[in-house]
Amino acid sequence: MTRATQKKIVQFAGFLSLRLATVLVLAILVLFLYDIVKKGGGVISWEFLSTAPRKGMTQGGIFPAIVGTFFVTIITAVLAIPLGMCAAIYLNEYARQNVLTRLIRLSIRNLSGVPSIVYGLFGVILFVNALKFGTSILSAGLTLGLMTLPWTITASEEALKAIPNSYREGALALGATKWQMIRTNVLPYAVPGMLTGTVLGLARAAGETAPIMFTGAAFFLPYLPKSLSDQFMALPYHLYIMSTQHHAILQVRPIAYGTALVLIALVLGLNMTAVIFRYRLRRKYR
Amino acid sequence: MSSEDLKIKLQAQNLDFYYGANRALKNVTIDCYVNKVTALIGPSGCGKSTFIRTFNRMNDLIPGTRVEGRILLDDKDINDPDVDVVELRRRVGMVFQKPNPFPKSIFDNIAYGLRINGMRDKRKLEEVAERSLRGAALWDEVKDRLDENAFALSGGQQQRLCIARSLAVEPEVILFDEPCSAIDPIATAKVEDLIEKLKTRYTVVIVTHNMQQAARVSDYTAFMMLGELVEFDVTEKIFTNPSNKLTEDYITGRFG
Repeated sequence: MTRATQKKIVQFAGFLSLRLATVLVLAILVLFLYDIVKKGGGVISWEFLSTAPRKGMTQGGIFPAIVGTFFVTIITAVLAIPLGMCAAIYLNEYARQNVLTRLIRLSIRNLSGVPSIVYGLFGVILFVNALKFGTSILSAGLTLGLMTLPWTITASEEALKAIPNSYREGALALGATKWQMIRTNVLPYAVPGMLTGTVLGLARAAGETAPIMFTGAAFFLPYLPKSLSDQFMALPYHLYIMSTQHHAILQVRPIAYGTALVLIALVLGLNMTAVIFRYRLRRKYR
Repeated sequence: MSSEDLKIKLQAQNLDFYYGANRALKNVTIDCYVNKVTALIGPSGCGKSTFIRTFNRMNDLIPGTRVEGRILLDDKDINDPDVDVVELRRRVGMVFQKPNPFPKSIFDNIAYGLRINGMRDKRKLEEVAERSLRGAALWDEVKDRLDENAFALSGGQQQRLCIARSLAVEPEVILFDEPCSAIDPIATAKVEDLIEKLKTRYTVVIVTHNMQQAARVSDYTAFMMLGELVEFDVTEKIFTNPSNKLTEDYITGRFG
């Protein structure tokens, strides 16, 4: 065998294994989605989406859970988006880059890896007990917000880092103050990236069970949350109940799959929004 | 050095500059005159870019740097605590090595410096935009597409846009930090013509690694090496009859 053929064979084998790995990952994903759509697609109907559970949650829909997840995600966003963006702007643009900021950054990275159940317990201690918000949609939303913050900060900081320094120098050289420079020549170009990362973090929060199960999510509620201090139903928690905690577990299995499908569609929708948003804004500022 | 009616605009006196413990400029002293072009030349790493960036305190942005000695703009030390660095940078404009238009329209690029200083009058902005673009010899090429994104311009046009942008805030001094190193020879010739014209209204300082360029555009030349000023004199003298052996070796191409 000549040296040249040998090189070609090695290259072929290399590409083949890379391609196989990609196909395998996709196949698992497709299989997974197929299973859920097949088993949950049947129960999806207008009634399923728009009515409350009935007869000990063996019949009816998941409307309160959809509403609850929607509102709790809004509270999460209200906490995590402004706070995360501001922290990122401070860390990247203002803070002196020294051991302390490196330590802060490292802690933030580590916080994003803390298991969500730990955030749940922390939420109980801080929001439910210490701040006396009780088990409520407010406590749950704030807990999810805390969990999302490290993601928001990290994504926002990456977006700021991607802005070339020449934009900053150029603005300062024309007599801009630091804040003018940031507001007019950095943020407009960084915000799309910041929001994308943030929405991905929110999508993750919307699908979490552990942080909300002790802080405000309810097993079953005959009414919708009317104030911040009410408890609420949520899709991921509902799914958890339906698939592991219900007394008639086989009977409610289709409802569980239907809930899973709605939850996945919701998260996918949020992620798509982020992608479309980023695409639009990028074109605008190109 | 002859002194026919020369007005000093900008001076460095016994200037030392440190990046942490590393001394990048050593006891540099030069004068830059009104309506003259002063060129800074020298081999890579000699400190010429560091030096020019001390004139508008651009090095403030780099943590761990320190200036010793004095830089006088109209006899006032720009590193004095009572100096407003924002106002200083408006008076001392800078054109960078790589063209750095902002991702905005051509018009908004020019208007940027005025808008951050509170100018809102659309008519006045248009007036200044035209004057600045004419001043940067770019008006005829872009007058019909001021709303287009500045990134659509060629590299040479982008650099002239950046020059126009700094002219718009009416600076007194313009610093050029290797303005032609990222653009082609034809665009370079245009920028050089422009510098020639600009000196009738401004004090110009230019860093260049291209000795022919220094010889063509400048009236005074400072030759620097390893952070030290080797020789500073009228450009013609530096290039025809340098007093220092190192200068002679450098301009005749024996090193660098």
